[in-house]
Amino acid sequence: MNTIDPVIWFFLFGLLAGALKSELRLPSQIYDFVSMLLLLTIGMKGGVELANQPFTLLLPQIGVVVMAGFLLPFLAFPVLRYVGRFTRADSASIAAHYGSVSVGTFAVAVAYMNSHSIDFEEHMALFVVLLEIPAILVGIVLAKGLSKKMQWSKVGHEVMLGKGVMFLIGGLLIGWLSGPSGVESISPLFFDLFKGVLALFLLEMGLITATQLGSLKRYGPFLLTFGIVTPLIFAVLGTLVGLGLDLSAGGTAILATLFASASYIAVPAAMRISVPEANPTLSLTASLGVTFPFNILIGIPLYYWLANYFYLILFS
Amino acid sequence: MKDNDIRLLTIFTEAALETSLVKDIEQLGASGYTITNARGKGSHGLRGATWEANSNIRIEVICSLEVSKQLTEHLKNSYYENYAMVIFTTQIEVLRSNKFTS
Repeated sequence: MNTIDPVIWFFLFGLLAGALKSELRLPSQIYDFVSMLLLLTIGMKGGVELANQPFTLLLPQIGVVVMAGFLLPFLAFPVLRYVGRFTRADSASIAAHYGSVSVGTFAVAVAYMNSHSIDFEEHMALFVVLLEIPAILVGIVLAKGLSKKMQWSKVGHEVMLGKGVMFLIGGLLIGWLSGPSGVESISPLFFDLFKGVLALFLLEMGLITATQLGSLKRYGPFLLTFGIVTPLIFAVLGTLVGLGLDLSAGGTAILATLFASASYIAVPAAMRISVPEANPTLSLTASLGVTFPFNILIGIPLYYWLANYFYLILFS
Repeated sequence: MKDNDIRLLTIFTEAALETSLVKDIEQLGASGYTITNARGKGSHGLRGATWEANSNIRIEVICSLEVSKQLTEHLKNSYYENYAMVIFTTQIEVLRSNKFTS
C-alpha cells in the first residue's frame, strides 16, 4: 500500500529539479503530445466501456454527477469571499477551478487503481468530461451575475472547443464507436504506453508546480489551507455520492478524487477570457501549487481508504 | 502611399488572448499578422512557453500608420486593464509596401 508508484517519483523529481532552478524542461511540443495522448487514452477507455453497456443505464449517474458539478462551486464561493476575503471575481474564479476537475489527477488515480489491482468502473472517464464544464458556467455567473451582456457563444466556444474537452470527447466517441475489439490495433500506443506517458507528463507537472511555489509564499496561509481542506471535504461528498450511486470501492475512490481535484487547464483559459479581472495567479497557486500535489501524493490513497472504510461500515 | 508610412506593430501578451486578438486585428483592417510563442520575464513574473495558462505570444502586424494607431488605441482600451500586454510600433521599410496598405 505504501510503496510509491514510479510515476509519483517522476513528479517529485520534476518538483525538485524546478525548486533547485535546474535547466530541466520538457520541450513544449513534447508536453503537448504527451497531454494529448493522455486525454485521448482516457477518453477512449471510457468510450470502450460505454460500448459495453446500454447508455440509458448510466443516465441517472450522469444526472447526479452533472448536478454535483453545478453545486461544488457554490460551496467553495462563500468561503473564499467571506473567510478568505477575496474579491467577487477572484472568489468566483477559484471556486470554478475547484468545482471542475483535473485530468492529470484522474490519470494518476487510474494508474493507482491499476497498480494495486483495484477494480473500478471504466466509464468514470465520461464523468471527467461532464464535471469539467458546469463549474465554468457557475464561476462566470458568480462573478458577473446573469447579465445579458455576457457573450455566451464566445464562452461556449472556449469551453467546448478547447483542447482538453475536444480530445476527451473525441477519444470517448472513437472508443465508443470502435468498441473493445476495434481499439485493440491501436492499443500499443495508447494503452500500453499509458504509464510511461503519464510519467513524462508528471515530470513536467512537477516542474510547473515548482514555479507556483514562489507565489504561494506571497499569498500565504489561507490559500494553503483552502487548497488542502477543500479537496478533503469535496472528497467526502464524492465518496457519499459514489456510494449512493452504487459504485464499487475503486469507482467511489475515483469519483471522490474527481470531486477533490481542481482544474488547471480548461478553467484557467476560460476564466481568463470570461472573467479577466480575476487574478489568475491566485487560482493557479491554489490548484496547482497545493491541491494537485496534495491529491496525487496523499489524497488518492486516502480517498481509497475512505471509500473502503465507508464500504465496511455500510455493508458489513 | 509612401513607404515610410508603414509600421510594424509588435504585441507581447498572454496566449489566452490569441483568438480574440486575431479577430480584432482582422476587423480593424490589417491585411495579416504573424504569431510566435514567446517566453521571458516582466512585471507579471516569469512566463514559460510550455504550459498554456502561463505562456505568452508575440504578435507582429505590418500595417499602415492609420491602422496601427487604431489598433493600438483599441487594444489599449480593451485589454490593458486586466491583461499582461506590451505594445510598441516601429517605422519600417518593407518591400512591396502596397501589400500592407490596401
